[in-house]
Amino acid sequence: MPPKTVVLRVRRQAGPHEKAYWEEFEVPYRSQLNVIACLLDIQRNPVNRLGQPTTAPAWDASCLEEVCGACTMIVNGEARQACSALIDELEQPVVLQPLTKFPLVKDLAVDRSKIFEDLKRAKAWIELDGTFPQGPGPRTSPAMQQLRYTLSRCMSCGCCMEVCPQYDTSRSFVGAAVLSQVRLFNLHPTGRTQAEARHEAVSGPGGIADCGNAQNCVRACPKEIPLTESIAALGGEMVIHGLRKFFVRH
Amino acid sequence: MPEKTVIVVGGGLAGLSSTIELCERGVGVKLFSYVPVRRSHSVTAQGGINASIDPRGEGDSPEVHFQETILGGDFLAHQPPARKMCYEAPNIVYLLDRMGVPFNRTPEGNLDFRGFGGTLYHRTAFAGATTGQQLIYALDEQVRRYEAMGLVEKYEYWSFQRLLHDSEGRARGIVGLNMPTMELVAFPADAVVIATGGPGLVFGTKTTNSPVLNTGSAVIRAYEGGARFANPEFVQVHPTAIAGADKRRLISESVRSEGGRMWTWKDGKKWYFFEEMYPAYGNLVPRDIASRVIIDIVVNQGLGAEGEKCVYLDVSHIDAQRLRDRLGGVLEIYEKFMGEDPYHRPMKVYPAVHYSMGGLWVDYNLMTTVPGLYAGGECNFEYHGANRLGANSLLSCFYDGKVAGPHAAEYVQQALAPLSDEAIAEAVRREEEAFEVLFNSSGEENAYLIQDEMGKLMEENVTVVRDNKTLDTTLSRLRDLAARTKAIGLKDKTRRMNQEAIYAREVRDRLRYAELIVVAARARDESRGAHYKPEFPRRDDENWLKVTLADYTPEGPKLSYQPVDISLLKPRERRYDVKDH
Repeated sequence: MPPKTVVLRVRRQAGPHEKAYWEEFEVPYRSQLNVIACLLDIQRNPVNRLGQPTTAPAWDASCLEEVCGACTMIVNGEARQACSALIDELEQPVVLQPLTKFPLVKDLAVDRSKIFEDLKRAKAWIELDGTFPQGPGPRTSPAMQQLRYTLSRCMSCGCCMEVCPQYDTSRSFVGAAVLSQVRLFNLHPTGRTQAEARHEAVSGPGGIADCGNAQNCVRACPKEIPLTESIAALGGEMVIHGLRKFFVRH
Repeated sequence: MPEKTVIVVGGGLAGLSSTIELCERGVGVKLFSYVPVRRSHSVTAQGGINASIDPRGEGDSPEVHFQETILGGDFLAHQPPARKMCYEAPNIVYLLDRMGVPFNRTPEGNLDFRGFGGTLYHRTAFAGATTGQQLIYALDEQVRRYEAMGLVEKYEYWSFQRLLHDSEGRARGIVGLNMPTMELVAFPADAVVIATGGPGLVFGTKTTNSPVLNTGSAVIRAYEGGARFANPEFVQVHPTAIAGADKRRLISESVRSEGGRMWTWKDGKKWYFFEEMYPAYGNLVPRDIASRVIIDIVVNQGLGAEGEKCVYLDVSHIDAQRLRDRLGGVLEIYEKFMGEDPYHRPMKVYPAVHYSMGGLWVDYNLMTTVPGLYAGGECNFEYHGANRLGANSLLSCFYDGKVAGPHAAEYVQQALAPLSDEAIAEAVRREEEAFEVLFNSSGEENAYLIQDEMGKLMEENVTVVRDNKTLDTTLSRLRDLAARTKAIGLKDKTRRMNQEAIYAREVRDRLRYAELIVVAARARDESRGAHYKPEFPRRDDENWLKVTLADYTPEGPKLSYQPVDISLLKPRERRYDVKDH
């Protein structure tokens, strides 16, 4: 027998400097419910489990198909996308918390702009001459395409950062996702021309050396990106890069 | 920032493409987006992007692509801009390839192409089944490079509220709402590009669109600011989506182009209805036709699979590794959200509202009727006529940036009239006032429930089958709902990231959008593409080969019409049961 209702326990906080508290909600059960549908229900009738009128929790979302990363939060202790968190597969009460490694905006919404700043630092792009016609890009084997596609499915959602003991917005470590993006761009025949600049960007403080090899990242990634393999591969590249620099200098 | 700046509203494919083109010409861009641009709704596009490169010597060409686009659109699109787009498509796919988009490859290492709806050629380049996501990432990366160079300032989690106009009536900036802080701020600029996507939410949450984006709000504010609308009645219903409590999720047309077959039980046998009814195109008939067939089978003939409101989409006969390489992303969506294995069991799908062919009217340079205001992507009406072909939307979004960007860059080089401080202050004040009215209202109406009623009305009465009497009652009920929005009272009166307040104002905009669709649909007494009226079952070129235009008046939309430019291809009957028609 499916349950008649779903109980959600939501961590509320009106702003970064306000006091946090817990509030419980109960919404009618129906098939195909996910966490997002429950949050939409609460918006329509913002009354808590005690029957008191309240405000709806704030949350972040976009695609709801697990391809954008926006609705990432902690669901029953696990960092994941709220859209693909199906109620039928969750224990109740469903406990919702914001990611803890990023500055809080309100309730379940956090500010993940550090990820995008770190992508800027890592020069995670291909240097184009311009958008004018130059013919197709370099030929690529199907195997290389599949590897690059696998790495390129990273949604910058922050799950790997949430579980990383080294990651915190108050510290400079860029995290597994950004290091994996460095590998992605260094694998591209044109991107490779900038490999050295990317190596420089992730060789100092906050770079690859800050990885503590806890390997939580790869287990937390919702897209099963081989993050630890990326970090190892990048580390190998950078040893060669360091040696080359050493011999050029001396 | 450079001396000349353009505001781009919308960080999806069309907005990012416009931004890149502007930066490349030395124009600074202030980029406003409802969500971080890398998370824009374009990420949900799955199947691919069309370009007639003819990699297999099938005889495809940009000219054939153009003709099929016009035929697919039932001859309602102006032909010259659609033709230019199709001729530019190969360059666009090559450019995206140079940007590092991981498009699928042939054994030799060239771009691989697949078939798609409304064509018999292999014309669609693709990156697994998350092509939109991969395109967004490539453009996001290029824009980030320009951001590092100081040419782009991003304003993420900002919502467009209103245009700023100078003394000559030109669009000269915007009033934006910082959604976390609820501050209203004016941003003057030399021109504005609006690229805010479609209005999915007008049809409720049971669409393929997001229930938090695709609000349709920004284009309605532009319309109220003087921009003319075109063809609002043409709304595409996609044939294959899966049910969900928060939205319907698309199962890409590419599933069928990779060999997926649609069927249901009839007289105890598997009935492959598309293959029987349309022997030439089979499962790849265009979307307007496919959706009508499925709904007829399920609703009128009562032949839904397993007695449910769905039919089967079957790939279980295809090699699993091939499916993973080419369709992995979309099959993963089915698996995760339906909890069933699509590799071995047929998927259960049903049509859902998907895309708006109509939008802001633009000239061939993508300028709206407000000088200095450009519109690109799904929010304009430019290429798709009465029905869009699959894999033409990623193309048109990207191409629009290549048109709007260069033209806006040229436009801003002229001397523009000064923008007065009073005009700026007045624009901000009016938005502040609208929020104050809402915050101070003690009304009993709930914005979310009004939205639900509107969505239900529109989904039931204004999608694949339209009837004049029902449209009349729908219009009067929409107007009742609009009147009720005045009595919306907020449960949440806080002044930080107040999602209820933002939503309440957008609901009013959406009702205006719904009214536009219904008024235009009521007037068009024919059937063409996605607009189907059983009372008038044929396309009527004599009376209706014309674009619907709608101008804002406080009493409702004022309709007029514009002839379609058919200078390149003579209209003919649309048939998909035979080849070479």
